[in-house]
Amino acid sequence: GRARLSHSEPRGWDGRGGEEEEEGEEGGHQLYPGHIPTSPLQKALLAAGSAVMALYDPYRHDMVAVLGETTGCLALPNLRDKMKNHPEGYRILQERPRIRLSTLDMARLRELPDGSLGREYVRFLENNKVSPDTRMPPKFVDDEELAYVIQRYREVHDLMHTLLGMPTNMLGEVVVKWFEAVQTGLPMCVLGAAFGPVRLSARKLQVLATELVPWAIRSGLNSSCILNVYYEQRWEQPVESLREEIGIFPPP
Amino acid sequence: LCRGRALLSRPGGALRALRGLAAGPEMHFGFQTVTEAERREKIYQVFESVAKKYDVMNDSMTLGIHRVWKDILIHKMNPSPGTLLLDVAGGTGDIAFRFINYVHSVRERQLQRKLKHHQNLSWQEIFESYQKDKFNSLGDSQVVVCDINREMLKVGKQKAQHLGYSEGLSWVLGNAEELPFDDDMFDVYTIAFGIRNVTRIDLALQEAYRVLKPGGRFLCLEFSHVSNPLLSRLYDLYSFQVIPVLGEVIAGDWKSYQYLVESIRQFPPQEELKAMIEDAGFFKVEYENLNFGIVAIHSGFKL
Repeated sequence: GRARLSHSEPRGWDGRGGEEEEEGEEGGHQLYPGHIPTSPLQKALLAAGSAVMALYDPYRHDMVAVLGETTGCLALPNLRDKMKNHPEGYRILQERPRIRLSTLDMARLRELPDGSLGREYVRFLENNKVSPDTRMPPKFVDDEELAYVIQRYREVHDLMHTLLGMPTNMLGEVVVKWFEAVQTGLPMCVLGAAFGPVRLSARKLQVLATELVPWAIRSGLNSSCILNVYYEQRWEQPVESLREEIGIFPPP
Repeated sequence: LCRGRALLSRPGGALRALRGLAAGPEMHFGFQTVTEAERREKIYQVFESVAKKYDVMNDSMTLGIHRVWKDILIHKMNPSPGTLLLDVAGGTGDIAFRFINYVHSVRERQLQRKLKHHQNLSWQEIFESYQKDKFNSLGDSQVVVCDINREMLKVGKQKAQHLGYSEGLSWVLGNAEELPFDDDMFDVYTIAFGIRNVTRIDLALQEAYRVLKPGGRFLCLEFSHVSNPLLSRLYDLYSFQVIPVLGEVIAGDWKSYQYLVESIRQFPPQEELKAMIEDAGFFKVEYENLNFGIVAIHSGFKL
């Protein structure tokens, strides 16, 4: 699914939005554009509130994002360390690439051969009518580097869909969540994976339980960290080759 | 769709002084310091952004108690049929609808009393009197809802349509500091939870005085100051810890609700507001605290 950004504008790291330097109520400072410092109590309330709201109204993708940010205090440093200790991941942390329509050369990607990462990614975006620019920027992560890590995770999500061959319907999203839950350990992914299926029909649940989830878990466990792949430098690589390299088993 | 929200940044020293000369004196926007022009712009954007969820948020933040506060305001007003009310910053129509309900029920009772005294009329005469009065169910009462924000008025109009209010109701776009109305027009002027957002409160009060008829009443319902120290701390805790979270979860908008709780702290307390109202020329200025001062109703008369 996608975030309907009717009430917040996209803010890049170039500070295209909120340039105010304000002291947060909790005496914390704004560490990056869009950052809202919060007290532990506020984070707890946000986590609870966003969890309820995300279940109540699945179209509130901003709530899923907030849940991820407020509960990721253990998983995010973990991910960041995994990136730091890997040559490609380390480079990503240094260079901070962003996946956005303004930075992607869509025309060039479209011309790449079928089966290449770039071509399949563009095909995925067009078939599902989605755009990489609708990812929520982080607000409640109190560390600038970790904020980038979660932003990277969000932007890489569409590539996960491409690599796993899953569409953006509820079923596809749940499968990707299972994979991401195993890969990242983010509580938001775990919750999404566990509660997402609640809204699926019995037939879909069966396919999910017997084929898709076991495959997603196996792939997740077998794969190296997905944040350690510099996707922007691998557009020409065939999807199958990249799958093998990471360790994702062929989709059922 | 790019909304081009240019939240102005705060440049340093000398440049700021220069801009200050052009854009007006420094003022507060919540806990930030901004120029007058910036403040107007920011407040407009806040209400543009919250308009659609305004009512839902009011219910969540005050646990529905804001409805009681508004009911109390109308009861205090005790309008009789024929009253002409100006509701400034009336946005989504809460005061206007309550006013209409109130005069409608007063009118009903008036009509019933009239009928009781005419029990010797034939059934035909009774039926004809219904026809006459049917087109006067409000007894010529009228309310003009005036708001500076288009989005809020839009929401108000939609609500009116949805709830079936049409008679005796007008919607006007206008600025409380410079009302588009002539002198000595209205019987009552109300401003509920709006004066806090006005940039020049003194001007708004002067305008209120101007457009009221002699004998007219000024009524202001607004968040105020809690003097009880324990309650004040609990109130602060709730305001700063819970309300912005509610804003984020329900409306997806933390910042507007952060502004809201900060602006309440910046607003003059009861006595100071009373003095300002007196300065504008009103007499018999009084205030009544509701819920220990969380909210206060100020009242004054133009003589």
